[in-house]
Amino acid sequence: MDRDDLPFYADRTPGVEEHEPTANVLSYTVGFALAVLATIASFVVAETDLLWPPGIAVGLVVLAIAQIGVHLVFFLHLGSGPESTNNILALTFGVLIVFLVIAGSLWIIANLDANMMPMPVH
Amino acid sequence: MATIGAVPIDLARGRGGGGPAPTRIVVAYGFWIFILSDMVMFSALFAAYAVLSGNTAGGPTGAELFDLRNVFIETMCLLLSSYTAGLGALSAERRQPGRFLIFAGLTFVLGAAFLFIEITEFAGMVRQGAGPSRSAFLSAFFTLVGTHGAHVAMGLLWLIYLVAQVIVKGLRPAVLRRLLCFSLFWHALDIVWVGVFTLVYLMGVQ
Repeated sequence: MDRDDLPFYADRTPGVEEHEPTANVLSYTVGFALAVLATIASFVVAETDLLWPPGIAVGLVVLAIAQIGVHLVFFLHLGSGPESTNNILALTFGVLIVFLVIAGSLWIIANLDANMMPMPVH
Repeated sequence: MATIGAVPIDLARGRGGGGPAPTRIVVAYGFWIFILSDMVMFSALFAAYAVLSGNTAGGPTGAELFDLRNVFIETMCLLLSSYTAGLGALSAERRQPGRFLIFAGLTFVLGAAFLFIEITEFAGMVRQGAGPSRSAFLSAFFTLVGTHGAHVAMGLLWLIYLVAQVIVKGLRPAVLRRLLCFSLFWHALDIVWVGVFTLVYLMGVQ
């Protein structure tokens, strides 16, 4: 029998109450508004001299991290609830690996680059 | 009521109390692990781009190639489609198939608009001799942005398939779980895009 053909209640573990949606239209709308604000701020920072020019890259990274946080909380619903515990632990491990891959690559290659013999310009 | 720390034991499933978690929690967790592994793959592409972005081999630089107005429209399309995907998932959970189909249609149109702008941009770059074989910078650019675009294209096909399932089978639990996985996937793609427009486009024109 196909899993799909089981009756509705077969999906639930006995004793577990019907799932209450945690999200609502308001939380999605708030998240969307915050994400739009962060996006516009990023483009404004990049295209104007609003920030001290050498600090633009740092400002952009900060805005990107803020927007990713907004997406995680309002769209992916990572919260402080007990159902989020495992997902947040997995996310933390993922962020560690992503950090190691990106920062490690930049560090190693910059080091190699600095130790290269000067090459003739074509 | 018995508690683990401050959490009632009934709610502490993730910590071993209260019996097995409901199927939708387990499915979402498994799919979350897949998304994180996808993020690790993207991190390698981001690292390659960051390392190679200066190596233009005498070819065009990002500042000469990128049109930020286009990128802003692309970003808004994808963000808006993430929003409508969220509202669609919400209507599905509340068993409102009509509303779900409207939001799924909007999500598809906005995702397709994003993809159309991106393909137009790629075609324009190749036409002016700035294809992936021109320089290490452009190889890394097309690999990173193209992989994200391929994910969006797969997501659009997946969405068509899910809409067909909703129409044929209705909003039953198994279909709802698949929709949950799709919305996780779609929101995650938007997170990757935040990295792309910040690192590739906005920093590329500095």
